[in-house]
Amino acid sequence: MNKKIISLQIFVFVGFIFLWKFVIFVFNFPEFILPQPETVFIQWYLLLKSGLLLKHTMVTLSETLIGFTIGIFLGIVPGYFVAKSSKIDQTLSPYLVALQTAPKIALAPLIVMWFGFGILSKIIIVALIVFFPILVNIIVGIRSVDKNLLDLMKILNASKLQVLRLVELPASMPVLFAAFKTGITLAVIGAVVGEFIGANEGLGYLTIYAAGLMDTPQVFVAIFQLTIIGILLYLLIDYIEGKIIPWYREGEVDVVKNAEY
Amino acid sequence: MLLKMQNIELVYCSGKKQVKALDNISVDVEKGEFLSIVGPSGCGKTTILKIIARLINPTKGKIIKPDDFEVGYVFQNSTLLKWRSIIDNIALPLEIKGIEKQEAYSKAEEAMNIVELEEFRDAYPKDLSGGMRHRAAIARALVYDPEILLMDEPFGALDEPTRLKLNVEINRIWIKTHRTVIFVTHNVGEAVFLSNRVAVLSKRPAHIKKIIKIDLPKQRTLEILDSEKYIKQVLKIRKIFSQ
Repeated sequence: MNKKIISLQIFVFVGFIFLWKFVIFVFNFPEFILPQPETVFIQWYLLLKSGLLLKHTMVTLSETLIGFTIGIFLGIVPGYFVAKSSKIDQTLSPYLVALQTAPKIALAPLIVMWFGFGILSKIIIVALIVFFPILVNIIVGIRSVDKNLLDLMKILNASKLQVLRLVELPASMPVLFAAFKTGITLAVIGAVVGEFIGANEGLGYLTIYAAGLMDTPQVFVAIFQLTIIGILLYLLIDYIEGKIIPWYREGEVDVVKNAEY
Repeated sequence: MLLKMQNIELVYCSGKKQVKALDNISVDVEKGEFLSIVGPSGCGKTTILKIIARLINPTKGKIIKPDDFEVGYVFQNSTLLKWRSIIDNIALPLEIKGIEKQEAYSKAEEAMNIVELEEFRDAYPKDLSGGMRHRAAIARALVYDPEILLMDEPFGALDEPTRLKLNVEINRIWIKTHRTVIFVTHNVGEAVFLSNRVAVLSKRPAHIKKIIKIDLPKQRTLEILDSEKYIKQVLKIRKIFSQ
């Protein structure tokens, strides 16, 4: 990135802090409505130093990652069969549409009721939310495989497993990674909502707990921390994408790019 | 003789209508020959190749060929795997056949040398020009020593100079590898330049109008394109083509 852009980005950040302070100054908000940025920063430092913030972060992070991983497998496996068999596709399609339309977040209270206040219920919520975009994208990915490639595999007498491993999975990678990026953002939301509903640890819990005490600075700290997690996870996936599919990078325009929904 | 097509007929359903694509196609393919099939666009030339490759079953008729008959197929677009380097692409058929890695790669290197892509061994397809990609695709089709090479308008999308260069190269590879080739094209000049024999198809339902023997030296060079002998034969076939 060039230097000019970086200095502009810093400028925007400083401007944001000033705007924040300006709003407080003009409307004369009390601390419990909108705290000063430095108050938030100090609170963040104190929470970090006590180890409390790290502990809650780790809880939310593990819920997100475990749920995300499970969601990926839940999406890929049935997605493959739906993509390959029109019978399965036609049978399941009304249910898939129903699943797509249902607000998965609305299931969260039920899942907390069923699976308790612990980490398990959050993992399930996350997996449920992540599952769908992965499912849709793996179907698109496998169906977009060049028909000639499949003919080639047939001529070479390749087994179904070889076709999957050598052609279908790699061809789906670009669309899958697009779905991973959507999915990881949704995963963080799922974990937080689960913690809102019932938990005794995690950043979502920290937010709700602080809000109950009117401890607004701490609410801000939790929100910022969640944002940081989201950004880092996104960047991690972006990095892995570059490692796994270098052949796709560098401006390769393709039909799969449009499949990003 | 390597392969005998007997009264091949193909009917397929398009909606409720039955469409006859191929009508009574009979050709004998000699071992080691270069046979071109020319015909108007959409007449079913590709379908013939797909039947030989067992991708499509004919409605009637049969193909007589040796057991454990293998084909190498070169598609209209190069159909390389974008996620594999050139050498990995060429080695793909051997990997699928479960051939041990070291042997597979030494064979792949050999095939890569035939098409002269050594420099691009570890490059991805996206880093190659269209012509080079086609050469890689040809190497991939040659690597497992198939009895016959089926080429489906492989150079249709290339510019003229590249196409001519590749034609000379195909001729060189054909002489070097003693392979039997069936080459589909709608370009009569290309067919005459490359072949021993040219089969002219009618528009659909396609039948064979005529099979013409080409009288040119085995090794084809670009000078041939200007020779009277070549031009005469092209004109002759073009006439049959458009009758």
